[in-house]
Amino acid sequence: MAFLHATTHASAPAIDNAAKKRSLTPYLLLLPGMVWLIGFFVLPIATLASTSTMTRPEGAAVGTYVQSLRFQNYLDAFSANKDQFLRSFIYAGIATLLALAIAYPLAYMIAFKAGKMRSFLLVLVVAPFFTSFLLRTIAWTQILGDEGPVVSFLKALPFFSNDIRLTSTPFAVVSGLTYNFLPFMTLPLYASLERIDPRTLEAAGDLYANGLTTFRRVTVPLSMPGVVAGTLLTFIPAAGDYVNAYLLGNPNTRMIGNVIDSRFFAIVDYPTAAALSFTLMAAILILVTLYIRKSGTDELV
Amino acid sequence: MSNPKVSDSRGDLHLNRLTKRFADFIAVDDLSLTVPRGSFFALLGPSGCGKTTTLRMIAGLEEPTQGMISIGDTDITTAKPYRRPVNTVFQNYALFPHLTIFENIAFGLRRRGVKDVKKDVDNVLELVELGHLAERKPNQLSGGQQQRIAVARAIVNKPEVLLLDEPLGALDLKLRRQMQIELKRIQMEVGITFIHVTHDQEEAMTMADTIAVMNQGKIEQMGSPAELYESPKTAFVANFLGQSNLIKGKVNSRSGTNASVKIHGIDIEVPIARMASHGDRVLIGVRPEKLNINANSKNSIGNGTVTDASFVGVSTQYLVKTSWNEELVVFEQNDAGAPDIKVGDTVSISWEPAHTFALDGDQDLSAGADVDHEAD
Repeated sequence: MAFLHATTHASAPAIDNAAKKRSLTPYLLLLPGMVWLIGFFVLPIATLASTSTMTRPEGAAVGTYVQSLRFQNYLDAFSANKDQFLRSFIYAGIATLLALAIAYPLAYMIAFKAGKMRSFLLVLVVAPFFTSFLLRTIAWTQILGDEGPVVSFLKALPFFSNDIRLTSTPFAVVSGLTYNFLPFMTLPLYASLERIDPRTLEAAGDLYANGLTTFRRVTVPLSMPGVVAGTLLTFIPAAGDYVNAYLLGNPNTRMIGNVIDSRFFAIVDYPTAAALSFTLMAAILILVTLYIRKSGTDELV
Repeated sequence: MSNPKVSDSRGDLHLNRLTKRFADFIAVDDLSLTVPRGSFFALLGPSGCGKTTTLRMIAGLEEPTQGMISIGDTDITTAKPYRRPVNTVFQNYALFPHLTIFENIAFGLRRRGVKDVKKDVDNVLELVELGHLAERKPNQLSGGQQQRIAVARAIVNKPEVLLLDEPLGALDLKLRRQMQIELKRIQMEVGITFIHVTHDQEEAMTMADTIAVMNQGKIEQMGSPAELYESPKTAFVANFLGQSNLIKGKVNSRSGTNASVKIHGIDIEVPIARMASHGDRVLIGVRPEKLNINANSKNSIGNGTVTDASFVGVSTQYLVKTSWNEELVVFEQNDAGAPDIKVGDTVSISWEPAHTFALDGDQDLSAGADVDHEAD
């Protein structure tokens, strides 16, 4: 289409032509991205939306659905899976808080105290991405397994009974989520801490703030953009995750991702799966909007 | 600990044999000085001379390797920065970007548990004439305004000593002149001891009562601006503070109040009181504006050739090559219009003995002349 546009104006003066071409450049640059977005996001979303209100006609084969605009699907799907929804948000919330608690000191250390080790430590933060997400999660079944080092250690302590188990527990699922999304928390935190001018911290000390007060009054507020970005990048994928609950959990730790997965691929109930996906998307959007409003950093994100 | 105990010592600031050694070099070398209470004191020197390190040790941001810092009778050498009656105006200001101007200024007061900060903050905002900006954020202010807020944020705490680390370095020339006068006015109004670190000799001379010229971790010379300018004691000071013409010479005799010195075969007179050296080999110094062209002052060195002339409005600056091939800088006032002297002209050079100074002859003629005048 762009070329067509250019050729129709071939007879116009040369200067005019050059200006036209220049004004087309941004659109040409956008084109690949737009094609991608339409082909792999807008169209699937539209299909998903239409599937979510379909019903299976009486006596039709498994997996055959027709459009009947049945919005009741949403209510049915939600009320049947309230627990899993709630659990997803609780697990994702705990994992996000844990990741924040682990990542903040880590990012702080890399940003302010690492010196020459800084690049090396940053590579270590990203290093887990060099192996598969699945493989690393499976490795956790071994780490937390009945014969694994963690359980053996806990058994040696007097406070735990000898039949303690860690795999197939909520603890394992939350641990897996925390571990898998930790880099997404660490990197934005590091980026915002690293941007802080160390002289503002010196200025706080000069103005009678001790170390703790400087941290509370200056470092934390200045790192808020990183905290917001990190928690979003952790919470959103963690809430929709199903791999950790699948590999590290039990039937009672199923998250909404697991339900959608089994509705799609095991039960072949496309409308319910689609309705659940949409509900999850909407819930996350609302939560994120409220969160950004509350943290008052919309100008910074 | 919202109410840390800040030392309330009062009096002069003493640095006693202060030394700061970093891994591979000595930044401050056995430095001793006393800054009288209420004075405007400048630490002047090229980058890397140790002036900023000295300031940071007074602020408590750097720990001395050796020596002692005290205010009045209170030793503050190892006190934490937040326990010292000292505040700093940082280079590039280091305002808190997330706080309003009001809260920036109130920061120190709140940390010390002052209940009603409004009056103090409003007063100091009025002092720097920026009361209307109280609710803005620092990034909405111009460089000059941020600079004044940085001063306000420090002096609102009524420190015993205010440290200024190249506070005007980020401003353009015109604004810098304006701020120099402004800072001096503020200092006179509040009467706090100001210690001003700068590499800009003009800035130091405009503002300070006393200047300490630093070089390689030591103080070369200390005194009032006029004293340093008229009677430098080392070649470094002579060249770093303004320009100087230095000529090698040998003392013939000293009698009465004057000494006779031979420079390149010519005998001149130097008042003994203006000689920094007792040796025979000396460097004779004269400031460019004190050299006269085609006049009959007492110390005459005969004729030279004009090799360059630049008209700079208030004066014309000449380079004159002497009979021994040294280029002297001469400033002639344009009070009667630009003098009619052109490149290539032969002119005579002379000056009054009272305007001569003599330094130890073993120094490098160009010490302090070609050091970079950039901030460190």
